Amino acid sequence: MLSIEKLNVSVGDKKILEDFNLKIGKGEVHAIMGPNGSGKSTLSYVLAGKDGYEVDGKIMFKNENIVELPADERAQKGIFLAFQYPIEIPGVFMNNFLKTSLNAVKKAKGQKEVDVVEFLSLVKQHAKKLGIKDEQLGRALNVGFSGGEKKRNEVLQMSLLEPDLAILDETDSGLDIDALKVVADGVNALRSPNRSFLIITHYQRLLDYIKPDFVHVMVNGSIVKTGCSKLAQELDKIGYKEFQKAI
Amino acid sequence: MSDNLIQEQIKQDYAYGFVTDVESVRAPKGLNKEVIQFISKQKKEPQWLLEWRLKAFERLQSMTEPNWQKPQYPKIDYQALYYYSAPKGFKEGPKSLDEIDPEIKKTYEKLGIPLNEQKRLAGVAVDAVFDSVSVATTFKKKLEDIGIIFCSISEAVQKHPDLVKKYLGSVIPLTDHYFATLNSAVFTDGSFVYIPEGVRCPMELSTYFRINASNTGQFERTLIIADKGSYVSYLEGCTAPMRDENQLHAANVELVALDDAEIKYSTVQNWYPGDKEGKGGIYNFVTKRGICKGKNSKISWTQVETGSAITWKYPSCILQGDNSSGEFYSIAITNNYQKADTGTKMIHLGKNTKSRIISKGISAGHADNTYRGLVSIHSKASNAKNYTQCDSLLVGNLCGAHTVPYIDNKNSTSTTEHEATTSKISEEQLFYCKQRGLNQEEAVSLIVNGFCKEVLQQLPMEFAVEAQKLVSISLEGSVG
Ligand SMILES: Nc1ncnc2c1ncn2[C@@H]1O[C@H](COP(=O)(O)OP(=O)(O)OP(=O)(O)O)[C@@H](O)[C@H]1O
Ligand SMILES: [Mg+2]
Repeated sequence: MLSIEKLNVSVGDKKILEDFNLKIGKGEVHAIMGPNGSGKSTLSYVLAGKDGYEVDGKIMFKNENIVELPADERAQKGIFLAFQYPIEIPGVFMNNFLKTSLNAVKKAKGQKEVDVVEFLSLVKQHAKKLGIKDEQLGRALNVGFSGGEKKRNEVLQMSLLEPDLAILDETDSGLDIDALKVVADGVNALRSPNRSFLIITHYQRLLDYIKPDFVHVMVNGSIVKTGCSKLAQELDKIGYKEFQKAI
Repeated sequence: MSDNLIQEQIKQDYAYGFVTDVESVRAPKGLNKEVIQFISKQKKEPQWLLEWRLKAFERLQSMTEPNWQKPQYPKIDYQALYYYSAPKGFKEGPKSLDEIDPEIKKTYEKLGIPLNEQKRLAGVAVDAVFDSVSVATTFKKKLEDIGIIFCSISEAVQKHPDLVKKYLGSVIPLTDHYFATLNSAVFTDGSFVYIPEGVRCPMELSTYFRINASNTGQFERTLIIADKGSYVSYLEGCTAPMRDENQLHAANVELVALDDAEIKYSTVQNWYPGDKEGKGGIYNFVTKRGICKGKNSKISWTQVETGSAITWKYPSCILQGDNSSGEFYSIAITNNYQKADTGTKMIHLGKNTKSRIISKGISAGHADNTYRGLVSIHSKASNAKNYTQCDSLLVGNLCGAHTVPYIDNKNSTSTTEHEATTSKISEEQLFYCKQRGLNQEEAVSLIVNGFCKEVLQQLPMEFAVEAQKLVSISLEGSVG
């Protein structure tokens, strides 16, 4: 599904990712853990095609190097990023935004676009599962949403867009215990042999609900250790000190 | 990019830039008594109107153009303009739809305004003004049956002289200011509407203004009278061909609302804005004013200003009747080198008068956008209330937005409220939208339409969708 080879990313003089390599197979769930500032969010932005970085290396997605593609085309090809800090867009109602987005992706895929009626029934169905009230769908995107509401909204968008690769950047941060369960259920419901996940988190707890196939430790812009889900439990106890020392 | 390609690109952006190939009859070039006499004669006007025009012309000699506005422009040579241009063979006076020159009919088809009544949007009557003359008015008969007069102002002068004489210049005095006085001297055509007492106009009335001829000023004059207890919703749209020289459109629009009457006036202004380097485009210097003459009357202006090189106008309300109310909803979009200085004046004279101002200014490219507004509450206007909200949105780093509110409150029981915000479309917002599959233009359009939704909602349904599209189109290529 995704193969990142020798990815180097910097902003001005600051090197953020260094010789970063990662392979994610179809249907796999990978988790990345790592200390603050190690470059996890930057990785997610670069995968999603955000401008403003000097990028060198290869990002193979479904056998195509997408490193030059703009963000919208990557999204249309099936990459989804649940943002660590979802942005507020005043005046743009969630319903309208979601429908526009869904139809943009459908159109790119050559699928039939949904009309208002189809859309509303679809979105309500997904929202209900995630405990999102209809009232929230009629509000401006993320404006005045609580931290948890923003994160649920990201998962809602993921459910609607049905991406091939979903990157979740600290989607669990800021969620209460019940919400964590709801969000994890949302992700699990989407797990399929054709869909891969890259989950960035600081907490092992999320990985209790969403069992990853691999856990990577990222320090200073590269992966320093890879293991199975047990690694997350170890990290929970010992922290990152050991790995940071090793560098 | 080769010149041709650039031309192609610009043409794509402004879809209404074509020229219709019709021969026209013009007044001699220049501004003088003879030209005014020529116009008046063409229109077979009564003596009083000719005298009225000449009085305005007299007055004009001692007036100078105002110069306090933000957008500056090169001096206009008024002697180099044509003040009257009509398609050749055009007969002044009422005519049937079959008599229209097929070329002109085609023009309106191309603009999406078929004059054929069967093809028209149900529920919308149109008056089509081509250069200096009204070429057609649809659904006239149907409206006449319930006593509504909807025709060109030239026709109204012939058929309803008493009404015209009574109200023409009653809201915008002959001596008001340079452009208004100029208009009074040389105005050519525009619409006339009279809604009789107690009648609710069953359809949208609209006028479509088209400038075609070159070097021609368009001096539109529109007069709308809503008699006691009546209601009308009126909409105007405008386009012009792309030309390298600037063209002047100096309109006067007067609205009169008597007791318990309501006038809703909407504008979708899409005059040619000039090219991407700021060459050409319309100077849209317009005076629009309404008077809420009677008690409980209401006038509501809604404008979507996307075109013109310079837009300079302040649709205003004089709230004379007790309990009357005025509203101003505005979207002004400037892109490339366009400039706008627009807003409103709310003059509270009567008791318990209310006004509401919602202005959304959007600036992109190198454009400059100013909101300028006056809220004036006179000493007798007890319990008057005003609410003003001015929001500016910047797209990119090279454009400007300014808010200039004047408040003059002479009554201690009255209140005014003013809110203003300026925001920018951030890279983060655009990235978020793109990550969800929207391209740059879709993203900007979604954000901008969200920003001006409050105003778009005020437009009659038939036009809201059009306006929304226009908002998107006029910002194409503004970022990235
Ligand atoms: N545009 C930028 N300009 C300069 N430095 C940047 C920029 N973006 C990120 N950085 C720096 O790169 C490093 C990695 O940032 P990033 O946000 O990717 O970390 P993270 O692993 O997601 O951290 P956290 O766990 O706190 O979310 C940080 O030191 C950050 O300050
Ligand atoms: Mg981060």
